[in-house]
Amino acid sequence: MNAELLQWIQFSVSAIFLVGGVFFVIAGAVGVLRLPDFYTRMHAAGMTDTLGAEMILLGLIVQAGLSQTSLKLTLIAFLLFLTSPTATHAVVGAAHHAKLKPKLGKYRAPVPGEVPPVKIAPKPKLKAKPKARTKKKAK
Amino acid sequence: METSLYYLNVGSAMFLLIGMALLLGRLLSGPTLYDRVLAVNSFGTKTVLFLAVFSLIIGRQDGIDIAILYALMNFIATIAVLKFFRYSSLDISMERGSGSEEKAP
Repeated sequence: MNAELLQWIQFSVSAIFLVGGVFFVIAGAVGVLRLPDFYTRMHAAGMTDTLGAEMILLGLIVQAGLSQTSLKLTLIAFLLFLTSPTATHAVVGAAHHAKLKPKLGKYRAPVPGEVPPVKIAPKPKLKAKPKARTKKKAK
Repeated sequence: METSLYYLNVGSAMFLLIGMALLLGRLLSGPTLYDRVLAVNSFGTKTVLFLAVFSLIIGRQDGIDIAILYALMNFIATIAVLKFFRYSSLDISMERGSGSEEKAP
């Protein structure tokens, strides 16, 4: 009776952590796929990755009990907790250093099945380009 | 109770695979280089999680060692790729004032 109760508690705690972690992982993936801009995508990916990974690993630790497996899972959780925000910071820093511009203004996510309005790009004027280049070089 | 834990692990592994597939979409259609780096990094994190869940599903401990290795390699690979984008070379010291700073634009 007591062992059964303990097993049930183990299952329910593990299920809570695993379902929460999977929710955050899926939410981060959908955000990376659908958000308009690199910086917003980074915002979606960086935090949900850390939280989702920690929650899934916690659920697995609860399943594994006190053993070598749970020690290794704790090590993975610690490493991910250190390296995932650092990698996020490095990617954003590199993009900022490369002068990647964020999108400003209003944005509406495209609805699947809707035909996007076609923008016809104006023809580039051939005489205007060399002038701009020489100006940049002079600076 | 054993079988329900098994089904729980299998379900979460399948959802992790779905998340990895969504990230592959961003990896293939990323407009900039940094979107692709972000997608690869996030994909690697999800691979670590999938390896950990999978090794509990099959009941062997070997997968968890591989997951530790994969977590470390993923971080190092991301930093190395970013350094290569920035300096176009990996043979540069990253200390400040070592004479290898790039020219101001």
